[in-house]
Parts: sequence; structure tokens; C-alpha cells
Amino acid sequence: MKDHYQLVIIGAGPAGLAAATIAADHGVEVALLDEQPAPGGQIFRAIEAAPVERAEKLGPEYRRGAKLVTAFRDSSARYFPDTQVWSLSAHREIGVIHQQQARMITAEQVLIANGAFERPVPFPGWTLPGVINAGAGQILFKGSGIVPSDGVVLAGSGPLLLLLAWQYLRAGVKVKAVLDTISRVNYIKALPKLPGALLVHHHITQGLRYQQTLKLAGVELHNGIRDLQAHGKKSLESISYRHKGSKHRLKTDSLMIHFGIIPNIHLSQAAGCAHFWHKRQQCWRPELDKWGGSSIEGILIAGDGGGIGGARTAEHAGRIAAFRVLHNLEILNQQEVNHEAKQDRKWMKADLRIRPFLEKLFRIPDSMLKVPHDNAIVCRCEEVTAGEIRSAIAAGHSDSNQVKFLTRCGMGPCQGRQCSQAVAHIVADKTSIPLQQSMQFRIRPPLKPLTLGQLANLYPDETE
Amino acid sequence: MFKRLDESPLQTVTVVINGRSVAVPQGESVAAAVLAENIGYSRTTPIKQQPRAPFCMMGVCFDCLMVIDGIPNQQACMVQVRDGMRIERQHGSGV
Ligand SMILES: Cc1cc2nc3c(=O)[nH]c(=O)nc-3n(C[C@H](O)[C@H](O)[C@H](O)COP(=O)(O)OP(=O)(O)OC[C@H]3O[C@@H](n4cnc5c(N)ncnc54)[C@H](O)[C@@H]3O)c2cc1C
Ligand code: FES
Repeated sequence: MKDHYQLVIIGAGPAGLAAATIAADHGVEVALLDEQPAPGGQIFRAIEAAPVERAEKLGPEYRRGAKLVTAFRDSSARYFPDTQVWSLSAHREIGVIHQQQARMITAEQVLIANGAFERPVPFPGWTLPGVINAGAGQILFKGSGIVPSDGVVLAGSGPLLLLLAWQYLRAGVKVKAVLDTISRVNYIKALPKLPGALLVHHHITQGLRYQQTLKLAGVELHNGIRDLQAHGKKSLESISYRHKGSKHRLKTDSLMIHFGIIPNIHLSQAAGCAHFWHKRQQCWRPELDKWGGSSIEGILIAGDGGGIGGARTAEHAGRIAAFRVLHNLEILNQQEVNHEAKQDRKWMKADLRIRPFLEKLFRIPDSMLKVPHDNAIVCRCEEVTAGEIRSAIAAGHSDSNQVKFLTRCGMGPCQGRQCSQAVAHIVADKTSIPLQQSMQFRIRPPLKPLTLGQLANLYPDETE
Repeated sequence: MFKRLDESPLQTVTVVINGRSVAVPQGESVAAAVLAENIGYSRTTPIKQQPRAPFCMMGVCFDCLMVIDGIPNQQACMVQVRDGMRIERQHGSGV
């Protein structure tokens, strides 16, 4: 790895792969960094290594990824797998851990293509072994062919929940129930957005196909569930929930939960990029211009890290951002990039037509986001409950950073990735300060844990 | 509980999970190998000694911290298995 590149891209998912290919094909010296051992991002994880029979079970959308990865492999872009980015400054200094060594590199242009992660929604029992994210279940499936052995309950909301249920069914895994928080109200509110969504019918037909297959297989599908709780002593033994006014209990040693995905903004926050609260997607996202440019010159963001748009949109956004980079590096002029980006813009716009519908349909109930149960652990690292957070607010601590200081919530190794959203919702609920005005946790690098040895190597002169 | 799908055999390496030798596919994450072994929990929390297991599998939750080759606080979902690797549950802060 060199100390400097014209373009450094963080993340080898659809956005990063597409961007790297375009930029490299125009002669830019590109380094693509990713903490995973192989390219593909979340959606196309292990696409090169997965045995044929596994890829077959995962479905056609998964197999699409092979093309993207091949084009990237054929390009001159340098690829650095197993490489974690642990800091990013406004001056485009990038802290990386590569081959166990921490080091700093620089770039003329930086493209953040680090994707999204699953929205953490705390509820009683969600920390029990046996409860894992649905995306995590999918990572086990894609990456290792590991699936639940004694059946699984899927709960929450979002397209990924149905997709995973469908994939499990194809793999012969018993899906005991799919418990969705979607309510009638969601359907009614989503309806006006349906005509736009139907223009990108492959998404809708896919969703309907998943549902139909599940129903035909006799899987219990319930909508409008509330008050989800996980029970067990040392690990999960059963779950409970409310449905149509009555309480239900189900025995299971495996619960997979999913409440949609939210942009991974730790890097853009660390760099100091401007962010805003996006009401429809119920998350913070970076402020971007139509080329993916952030509020800081030379730092661009594409794909789900810039706002949730899905894999196809990520690919287009990656290419559009790459064209902007080509302009910034004076390789193409404005007219040329306008022309080059035209097709991707058109396809991206079409693909995004599904979003307003999905966002209304799969909206997570605010009642869940503000963590109503006092005994629910909000901070998984420091074991702080919703009740303790509410007490801190009642004692006059009226923003997230004050709550953090008082309760240690967000001070553990995950640096608030799992609790900052819930804390913001609880604060907004209790103080009536709107979410968009509420402060998020301050982010301080390193974003990934560094050992003392790695830190020492970083500044060899000073430690000699 | 988890199981492995019946797939064409892959190249394996041998790791020791809580003192037990197991063959696991090369390139797999430690967290995946540990979940497939069904050891129940992979760490206990520092404050209330509660059992935990990998939760996100993508490096964001830090619930998969384990002792790997004697070094505590390793993110098991971000580390790949290596031949001869010793993987142990982490109790509390691990130090
Ligand atoms: C767990 C999970 C599973 C999903 N499964 C599906 C699915 O099956 N089908 C579907 O349609 N959509 C799925 N999605 C949504 C889908 O991932 C996205 O729409 C799409 O992958 C976005 O592409 P991207 O290029 O923006 O980011 P991603 O594909 O997420 O790629 C981001 C890449 O950045 C890397 N990265 C992040 N942070 C760092 C860092 N600090 N240092 C180094 N590398 C870093 C990651 O390792 C990753 O490879 C899933 C999302 C998640 C979170
Ligand atoms: S399982 Fe979440 S960080 Fe490893």
C-alpha cells in the first residue's frame, strides 16, 4: 500500500466496486479498501467463494453481483481486503489497519462507500444469546452456509425480513413465524405511493413472490405485531408479542430481528461532514449534492452510506460519484461528465421510485423506537437500561451527550453505534426537543479498536 | 442453535474452541465457527456478567469479543480462522 493515491474508496460493495471500475478505467490511481476478506459488500458477500448450491438458494438477485465483481477485478484499481479504516479527517487523511499495522494514507479524493447497518431497536431480552440480527443470519448463510437447526422466528419489519425467510425456506430451514410490525395504517399511508412504486415492478413482484412462497409453505405470517420480548435464562427460550389485542408466546431458541437499515455515518461524522435527520427513512444521513459530494471538498459519499437506496441505486450512485471525481481531477470536463452520468441518473431515478412506498410501508412504529420498557437494555456495551436513561433526563440532562456522560451509555467499545439512535429517540420523547435538533453523540477516532502496539507504530519517531 | 448446510466439502483448518479441536472451513470468521459449534455464549459482560453471543456479524455491535490466541477483546466476527488458532470465551473485560 502506498502513502498516497489520487482516489481512495472505502467499501467494496456495489457503490465502491462500480466507482472504482469507472475511475480506474479512466486512468485514475485508485485504492479500494474494505474490511471484508473479499469484494461484494453486504448484498454480494462471498459472491466469489460461495459454492454453487448456496448461491442458487440465495436467489437470482444475489448472483447478479458476480458481474460487478468481475468488472472490478479486470480493472487496474488496487484492492486491499482485510483493511479497516479507523479514521478520516477533513483533510483526507485516512487511518487504516492493513496487515495488522496501523498507518495513515492520504488521497486527493475520498469516496465513502461504506454502506449501512441494521437499525438497532432495543426491547426486553434482545441481548440474549439466540437473538441475532436477520442480516447477521444472512451473513452466516452467505459466508458460511450456516443456518438455524431447530427453526427460527423472524421479527421486525423491512424487505430483508421476507427475503431471508424465503432464502431459509429454499434451504430447508423451518421458519416458525414471520412477525411483522407493519400495521393497517402503514398500508393505507403507503397506498398513494404505490403507482410510482409499480413503475419499478421487479421490486414489487419479487416481494409478492416471497410472500406467496411463504404462504404456500404454510409459514405463519402476522402483521401489526407489538410488544415483542425475548425470554430465557442463559439464552433464548421463548418470545412473546401482542397481536390483535391478545398476547402470544412462542417457544424458540432462535429469533432473528430486523428493523430496516440505516446509513453507517461514523466516518462522515468523524470527518465533520454535515448531516440531517431524514424523517421518512427515520435516520441521520449526510448532506449530499447530486454528485454525491459531501459538505467537505474532496469527500464524496455513495451508496447506502449516503442514504438508503438499495443495491442497484448504490451502483449508479457509485458511478455518478466517480464521474465527479474525474471532473475534480480534471480528467473530464463538466460537459463530458454531465453526458457520461446521464444514463446512470436515469436508471437511478427509476430505481428510487420504489423508496417512498417502502418507507411508508415498513416505517418502524415510533412507539418502539422510544423503547417503552424501562427494563430494556439500550446500551449493550455498558448495560444501561431505558429506565436509567429516562431517569437521567428527568434529572435535567437534556441532550444525548449529557446522558452519555452521566450514564456511560455509548461509552463502550461500539462507541454508540448500537444505542445512539435509541437515546436520541428517548431524549426527543422526554424533552420535546425535535429529533432534527437533537445532538448526536460526538464521534472520536479511532472508530475501530487499535492496540497499543499499532498506535506506537503509527508514530515511530515519537516513541523511539 | 445452528447447523452447517450439506455442501460440497471446502478446505478446512483446525482451530481449538474452548479446548475442543474442530475442523472449520478456511476463510470463515471466528464468530461463524463459534456459532456453528453451539457453545451457547461467547462472552460475559463486564458489569453484570450476562452471557452474550455475536449479534450483528459485521463489526458494529462488539458483542462478539473473545480471547483469540491469548489476546482478549478480539472482534470474532472480523477475524478469520487460522490453522491452530485458540479461541476462548471472554469473561468480563478480559483483562
Ligand atoms: C447485513 C445486511 C444484509 C443485506 N442483505 C441484502 C440482501 O440480501 N439483498 C439486498 O437487496 N440488500 C441487502 N442489504 C442492503 C444492501 O446491503 C445495500 O442496499 C447495498 O449493499 C448497498 O451497497 P453499498 O455499496 O452502499 O454498501 P455495502 O454493500 O454495504 O458495502 C459497504 C462495504 O464497506 C465496507 N466497510 C464499511 N465500513 C468500513 C470501514 N470502516 N473500513 C473498511 N471497510 C468498511 C464493508 O465491509 C462493506 O463491504 C443488506 C444490508 C445489510 C446491512
Ligand atoms: S458480532 Fe457484532 S461486532 Fe462482531
